[in-house]
Amino acid sequence: MKSTRRDLLFRACTIALATALAAFSTASRAQNRKPVRVGFSIAQTGPLSSAGKSGLLALQIWRDDVNARGGLLGRPVELVVYDDQSNPAMTPGIYTKLLDVDKVDLLVAPYATNPTAPIMPLVKQRDLLLIGNFALDANAQIRHDKYFNNQPWASARDSAAPFLELCRKLSAKTIAVLAADAEFAQNLAGGVRQGLKDYGLQSIYDANYPPSTIDFSSMVRAIRARKPDAVFVASYPSDSTAIIRAVSELGIGSSVKLFGGGMVGLQYASIMEALGSQLNGVVNYNTWAPEKTMDFPGVRDFLARYQVRARQANVDPLGFYLPPYDYAIGQLLEQAVTATRSLDHKVLASYLRESELKTIVGPVRYGPTGEWAKPRIVYVQFRDIADRNLEQFRSPGKQVIVAPEAFKTGEVLPFAQARQ
Amino acid sequence: MAELLIEAIVAGILLGCFYAAVSVGLSVAFGLLDVPHIAHPAFLILGAYAVYLLASYGADPLAAGLVLMPLFFALGVAVYRAYHVAFEKRGSGVDSGLRGLAFLFGVGFIVEVALILFFGVDQRMVDASYIGKSVAVGDFRIPVRMLVAFCLALLLTAALSLYLSRTFTGRAIKAVAQDQTALALMGADPVRIKQWAFGIAMATCAPAGALLIVVGPVEPGLGRLYIGRTFCVAVLAGLGSMKGTLAAGVILGVAESIVLTSLGPSWAPAAAFGILLLVLAVRPAGLFGR
Repeated sequence: MKSTRRDLLFRACTIALATALAAFSTASRAQNRKPVRVGFSIAQTGPLSSAGKSGLLALQIWRDDVNARGGLLGRPVELVVYDDQSNPAMTPGIYTKLLDVDKVDLLVAPYATNPTAPIMPLVKQRDLLLIGNFALDANAQIRHDKYFNNQPWASARDSAAPFLELCRKLSAKTIAVLAADAEFAQNLAGGVRQGLKDYGLQSIYDANYPPSTIDFSSMVRAIRARKPDAVFVASYPSDSTAIIRAVSELGIGSSVKLFGGGMVGLQYASIMEALGSQLNGVVNYNTWAPEKTMDFPGVRDFLARYQVRARQANVDPLGFYLPPYDYAIGQLLEQAVTATRSLDHKVLASYLRESELKTIVGPVRYGPTGEWAKPRIVYVQFRDIADRNLEQFRSPGKQVIVAPEAFKTGEVLPFAQARQ
Repeated sequence: MAELLIEAIVAGILLGCFYAAVSVGLSVAFGLLDVPHIAHPAFLILGAYAVYLLASYGADPLAAGLVLMPLFFALGVAVYRAYHVAFEKRGSGVDSGLRGLAFLFGVGFIVEVALILFFGVDQRMVDASYIGKSVAVGDFRIPVRMLVAFCLALLLTAALSLYLSRTFTGRAIKAVAQDQTALALMGADPVRIKQWAFGIAMATCAPAGALLIVVGPVEPGLGRLYIGRTFCVAVLAGLGSMKGTLAAGVILGVAESIVLTSLGPSWAPAAAFGILLLVLAVRPAGLFGR
């Protein structure tokens, strides 16, 4: 049969219409499908908000990425987020609402130890999967088998070990410990206290300060009067800034070879820029630094995309500390759901427990308490930092990794020498 | 040990003067006007951010604080007008006080959220020649920023004391605190006087905010940390006493500093509030109250 031009046109139109209808139907089905709801609280106000907001942006970038890939199980991903105001008292209520009212499918823990600790009984009681977000030892007592914490340190003792090793390297015999009277700082300082004997250190000053402390001059004077070889500080952002300032103004004494440890805030761009040269010589924990040993596949690409959006969102412009790890939280969930094709918490927990997971912060495998099987906390020493220059922190050599050995990019210098 | 004790006392006096400087506005608003100004610390933070904004254009933080005083005065007048029309005018019962407290709490919250929206949540600091330096007296080093706080606190309390005792409006403010009806009979408008006084209370937030950002970094939620401390100083002083505010600030600062050096930092807040309870038990009107 001979086809006329009209027949050809008719057939083409029919095929085009059918294709369009099919595409529309698929898209419409995908759009109409109930989203996979990932619920969490994160500090958007209060002292933890600087990191919290940057972490939220990272999770939003992951959500956009995963939705661009077709979502999870063919369903779009939706984040259900509340501001916990950095207040641990808020989180049990928020997580109860996430579960009972918002009916979220998956749960991510609040950022940081203090807001996470109060929700652990709730999560264990309901036997839910929880991806931790930088909570130190939050599961040490409760031992919930569906808790998987995404942070590069396994326990307080593990995180303190590289600092104590540096004390040994610098022949320190005495140490002063100053810690905020709050969960994370106490856990961290506890790790140091536990390890003192193993490293031949004698504690000659050990004090906890209340979170409402404004002026640290008296504490710095008291530490200086005792002439310790090393000073370990576990503090929160405002305190960290005030302590560094007090040390710059009053001096910490010539006996001190190592100063720093667990000071939260010295990883945030705004604080690093503001403190500038006052940071020189300080040795502090960190999770990522632009050093060659930290070039995990995908992390630089993520940071480039994050930094563009961070400028628009008015959040931490560098994003080295929390954002790569919060993006990795999304990657963990995505891999588990995609591999098991399930949202069942028991199934997902089993997968996370047994698999090695690929993330932009390196491969992750979990140990028995839901912490990283191989902790990878690094200690950096600030070197040659100039005042009022944010750009300098993008280059290697400003935060030299001095411990542990596997990631080291330089030898630790005594505090006074590194400050010169 | 004696050396550490002397250092603790000196540091305590400097810190206490800083406490007095940030509380002096509250002493006027709460002490003289009976306005439960719970938003005072939020306005201190607003002052600190306004100073930060001017300092980012090269202004000296303290000079910026002084320049901003008229603006904060006007803001204080506006806030008081709203408070008066919505609450004070409608009665003076317990309910009205609670509603006023809720209103000012809300205002403080709005200020905090506005700061977050405008500046973000990151800490802000300023640079000045007197920040990050210290002066040495023998082996003892004093941070210059705390000396600056000390001097400004003295100036602020002296200026307010003189204003309240030597000027007609100042005396009218004191009078309105004692007997509004009598003041009205003398031909003065108590509402206008209170409005003026609240403007003064709020104007102090500008230089006090400057001190706040000179002494340490600020972030929008920092005000919550100062609610207890500023009210503690104002109440311990004896409501409305400027000299008392300075004395109360110094007492709290020295007590905190000594306890911190001898017993440990954990006990410092207990010392401050312990002193408040003790003083209120012996002198319910506060140290300098009538």
